[in-house]
Parts: sequence; C-alpha cells; structure tokens
Amino acid sequence: MFARGIKRKCFDGEEDIEGTLAGFKSVPSYNLQRQSLLDMSLVKLQLCHMLVEPNLCRSVLIANTVRQIQEEMTQDGTWQVINAQNTGQASLDRLVSSDILCRSTKEQGEGKLVPSYSSFSKDFEDIQSQDIISDLSTVASVQAPRNPQSNVWEMENPQENRGNFQKSLDQIFETLENKNPNSVEDLFSDVDNSYYDLDTVLTGMMSNTKMGHCDVLESFSSQTTTNSNSNCKSDINELDHIVEILVES
Amino acid sequence: MAGAGGGGGVGGGPAPMGGSDLQWCFSQVKGAIDEDVAEADIISTVEFNYSGDLLATGDKGGRVVIFQKEQENKSRPHSRGEYNVYSTFQSHEPEFDYLKSLEIEEKINKIRWLPQQNAAHFLLSTNDKTIKLWKISERDKRAEGYNLKDEDGRLRDPFRITALRVPILKPMDLMVEASPRRIFANAHTYHINSISVNSDHETYLSADDLRVNLWHLEITDRSFNIVDIKPVNMEELTEVITAAEFHPHQCNVFVYSSSKGTIRLCDMRSSALCDRHSKFFEEPEDPSSRSFFSEIISSISDVKFSHSGRYMMTRDYLSVKVWDLNMETRPVETYQVHEYLRSKLCSLYENDCIFDKFECCWNGSDGALMTGSYNNFFRMFDRSTRRDVTLEASRESSKPRAILKPRKVCTGGKRRKDEISVDSLDFNKKILHTAWHPLQNIIAVAATNNLYIFQDKVN
Repeated sequence: MFARGIKRKCFDGEEDIEGTLAGFKSVPSYNLQRQSLLDMSLVKLQLCHMLVEPNLCRSVLIANTVRQIQEEMTQDGTWQVINAQNTGQASLDRLVSSDILCRSTKEQGEGKLVPSYSSFSKDFEDIQSQDIISDLSTVASVQAPRNPQSNVWEMENPQENRGNFQKSLDQIFETLENKNPNSVEDLFSDVDNSYYDLDTVLTGMMSNTKMGHCDVLESFSSQTTTNSNSNCKSDINELDHIVEILVES
Repeated sequence: MAGAGGGGGVGGGPAPMGGSDLQWCFSQVKGAIDEDVAEADIISTVEFNYSGDLLATGDKGGRVVIFQKEQENKSRPHSRGEYNVYSTFQSHEPEFDYLKSLEIEEKINKIRWLPQQNAAHFLLSTNDKTIKLWKISERDKRAEGYNLKDEDGRLRDPFRITALRVPILKPMDLMVEASPRRIFANAHTYHINSISVNSDHETYLSADDLRVNLWHLEITDRSFNIVDIKPVNMEELTEVITAAEFHPHQCNVFVYSSSKGTIRLCDMRSSALCDRHSKFFEEPEDPSSRSFFSEIISSISDVKFSHSGRYMMTRDYLSVKVWDLNMETRPVETYQVHEYLRSKLCSLYENDCIFDKFECCWNGSDGALMTGSYNNFFRMFDRSTRRDVTLEASRESSKPRAILKPRKVCTGGKRRKDEISVDSLDFNKKILHTAWHPLQNIIAVAATNNLYIFQDKVN
C-alpha cells in the first residue's frame, strides 16, 4: 500500500493506490489527506463557540485527533504547518474544500491521482479569494502569496510551529474552562466578526470593539479584564462596571 | 421485571426474535406527518416504566409525553393493546446562564422511571443541568358540596350559611396531573448525560462529562460526588464520561463508560470517592484496523446492564458489545451494527455524524438486543441464534399490523432489487433512541419527531 507500511489505515477505504505509484505520488496523497483532516479538525474546534456550550465530548475527541496527527507529523518530520504567529488563522487560510478531499479518495484510481492533486491547488486559490477568508484574517497579516505546494512540502520553523500549535490546543481547553484570559485572546483575536456581533447583541454590549468572543466571556468571569487591544478602552470601562455589579451580587 | 435467563414474555418462555421465529408488525406511530420537522418536536429520549404499561418520551422542546397501554381486549386478539396519550407536560424550560453568557438547552436528555409504590407514578427527567422528579397522578373524583365555597369556587358569604353539609365525592372525567416534586439543581458544571435509579429505590446517580454525583430522592440541596475525572489542568483533558448506570440488583455497584472505549465498574463500599475502579473493561485495539478515527469510533455512547445483572452491553459507533462482568479483558459478544460505514468515516467526521450517540437496549429476557442506525433503520440481534435483522421505521410500512420487511444495505458491486446502497442512506434520519417493553415483545423506536411502536405478530 503506502511506503509507510500498515501502521495507519488510509482514509475512506482508499486502497487502490498502485504499487507503481509508490514513492513520491502516493506519499503526498496520504500527507495531503492527513493535513486536510488536521485543518478540518482545527476548524471544528474553533467553530464550537456558539450560543450553547460546546459539546465537551466532541471537543475532546477532535482535540485528541489533532494531537494524534501532530504526533505523527512530528515523528516523520513533516511538521511545519504554517504561520509561526497564528495557527488558527493559518489553518483557515490553508483550508481546502474538505469535501473534495474526502471524495477524492473514492474517485482516485490510478489515473486520477495527479488530477485530483492539481484540483487541490486550484481550490486553494479559489478559497483564498473568498470573502470568508478575508473576514477571518482581519487581525493577523496574511503572508505574501505562498505557493501551496511549497507550504505542504517545505519545512518552516517546525519547532516554533509545534510549540504554537500545542499552545493553541491548550488554549482551546482553557477556553472551555474560562480560566486563562491572556492566552485566549490570541486564539480568538481573528474570529469571524459575525460571531462576535451576535454575541454583543445578546449581551447588550457595544459592537465595534475588536474583542474576541471569548474575551467577552472572560470579562464576566474574572475581575481583571486584561485586554491589550487599545480600541476597547471605552468598552472595557463599561465591562468593568458590569463585572463589578455581577461580582457584588 | 423479567427474571434472569428464561423468564420471558406473555407467551411464556424466552422471547425469540430472529428469522422465522418472530416477525415484527407495525402497531402505531405518534407525531406529525409533515416533512418540515420543528426542532422542538425531535424526540430525545424514550423509556418504558417497570411494568411496561407506561411509555414516556422527552423532546428537544423540554416536553414529556406519557403514553398508557390500554387493556388487552378479547375482541381484538391481534393486538397487545395500544398506547394512548396519558399525560403531557412541560418538564424543562430554556434557561440562560448569565455568568457564562450561554444558553442552557431545555432538551430532555434522559427519563428514568421510579418503581411504583402507590397509585401515583414517579419519574426523573433531566436536561443538561437540572434533574426533576415528577409525580403523575390520576384524579377521577371530585368533591362537591363544600360549605365555604360555591360550586364554581367563589367564596360564600359566611353570614348566608345556615346549615352544614358533608361534601360528597362524585366521579369526574379522568384527569392526569403532573407535578414537580423535587428539583435537583446546581450540582453539575458540565452537561448531564445519564441518570440511573438505584435498586434501593432511595438514591440515584447523575453523570456529566467529568463527574458522577449521588443523590437521595428526598434531598435536593446536597449531592455526593462519587467520581471526578476532571484533571487539575484542563489542558490535560483527554477523556470524558459518556454514560453511567447502577447495577440492577447490587445497590453499591455502578459502571461508567468513557470516550476512550473503556468501562469502569465501581463499588461504593470501597471508598467515598470512587476514582479508583474495582474493574476496568477494555478491549485491546486491533492494530490492523487502526486509523485516525479509531478513538472516536471506540467512544462508548451507551451502557446498559442486562436485567439479570450478569452482563452489560455497550454501544460504540459501529458495534454493540456484550460484556460478562466477570471478564474485563474483552467482550463476550460483538455485533456489527453498520460495518459498511467504516470506509466512510472521513465523510462522517466531516458532517459530524461520527459523533452521533446511539443508545441500545435489552429485551426482557436478555436474549435479544436492539440499537438504531441511519436511514431510519434499526437493528436487532438474537444472542442465542446469532441472527440479526435490519428493520425500518417508515411511514410507508405503517399499515396496521403490516409485517415489517427486513432491509439490507448493499456494500458494493451489484445492488439487488430491495437493497439500498450505502451512498443512498439518509444520514439525517437517525434512530438514536429505542426501548423494549420489559415483559412483552413490544418496542418503541424514535425516528426524529415520530414515535413508532411495533409488536410481534400475535398468532
């Protein structure tokens, strides 16, 4: 099957990768699928934060899957991910139509392997131009146009990215605990504004601050509102006021 | 309740269920017919009481509907009696947690009946955070002839009362009242997934993702924490509790299952905090089928003791396993529910179906198992003959006493005439909740907003 042996089962029953396509062509396919699974998982974790408390079991299972992928990628040295700064935003940048990838394994026969890979890069470019990505990258700067292929195959500061990744995974659980205000900001500072807007409507707060969704939660559960974003000063005062009222009661 | 082993249904003997021995017929369907299903009407739990005369359902809108079985009628020999609405009430309301800025859903996660001790019926119903004890009682008499008030309730002027009379009880139309007797709140930080009444009939447990609490039915302001798997550092959290249940006969024993596919049996006599299990059940992983989804599909969604108390059954994403409580190393029986989904796990992960929590149940004699699947299919397994059958809960096969035809999913190659291919399955039609009458071959199957009741063919 794959050059890496039988340790991992391939995705969605793809078993038809020819022996003749071993080496370069079959390995990228596995890495590609693994990467898309990682991306999908990270998106799922971030999209957890809605009106109702996220399902903890689901979050834990997804996080474990992400850790598993991370471990494997670390072991075989393909752990490069992306942007050193912000894993969350970067993973969304690299988001590929996972539907295509999940389907691609079924459609892949011997002859189709290469075309589906090129459709991957095409989708990537399409997605980059979509609005959703631009919404999501308001805060962090988008890197200079990157060749998607080079992203997948190049090594870029693996140590740092690994550290940041672990940090963001931990942050996700901290979020669920509402414990650590500082780290949460980084993770959610580029959350889709529409989530935030809905939240401000619900909590009756002003709507033009740049606070992430979780910062709103943080301010209710901790007395010190540590928000480094200077645009929020007036709102912070209002928040402080609200927190005081809640804490006193 | 049916005894161990051979004690069976009304017909006597163990209830056979597979193949030619037993056929299932449509009996009734409850719920609206339109395609447009209101979210609040989606049934979220189904439970027979100890005698099987009452069948309770809870829905996402926080309502509980109780059906009562009518007496079996000699003039209708083909029917075991129909279930009619007995009581409907709003159990839980939506709430808002102001501190966390989050909604608390009113969806009823579980209903458990208490054994009947007097004329009234009691049940526990729970949403994510609060458990309530409801009393359902009948009133079929009313007092007439009060001295201090009129027939319509208005107070009479005391000066106008010249004589005293004794009020008389007169029959009235049956009225069934549900009243909340206890509210057990503020004991769970995480979402409650299970409640289980103890065999002592005085206590019960409630389990959320990280903790299990023990309550006394009379005491609402205190509960004992008996299991706590919350790590000091939430960053280290890798496993949650998915289900818990008391042993049916040993009041000191309970089990809880986890998202890693393990079951821990605990004895409350050993220590106050049962963080150390007495028994640990886990099946070793098959290395040849390992994938990134292995852990997710091993997560146990339901655990149920057999009526005898000798076995327990667990449901994970693709299979149902029967464990002998005396053997921790592996299950004694494994039944595949929908193995054809194994090659679709990536897609099922993407659309979140892989996180669906299917329940499972035993029949009264512990000889058969039932669990749900997709496309409104449900599966039944006969433990002795090892035969299994796939049936469908659909409006098409809903003619009175129509025999259900076994269904088959074709996994590849040529599709035969009555088979359905895996890609045509409707993953939005999932049967998560099923219940089996404790004494008879009557089953209740919840298909989204409809409740189907099937009975075996009575000859």
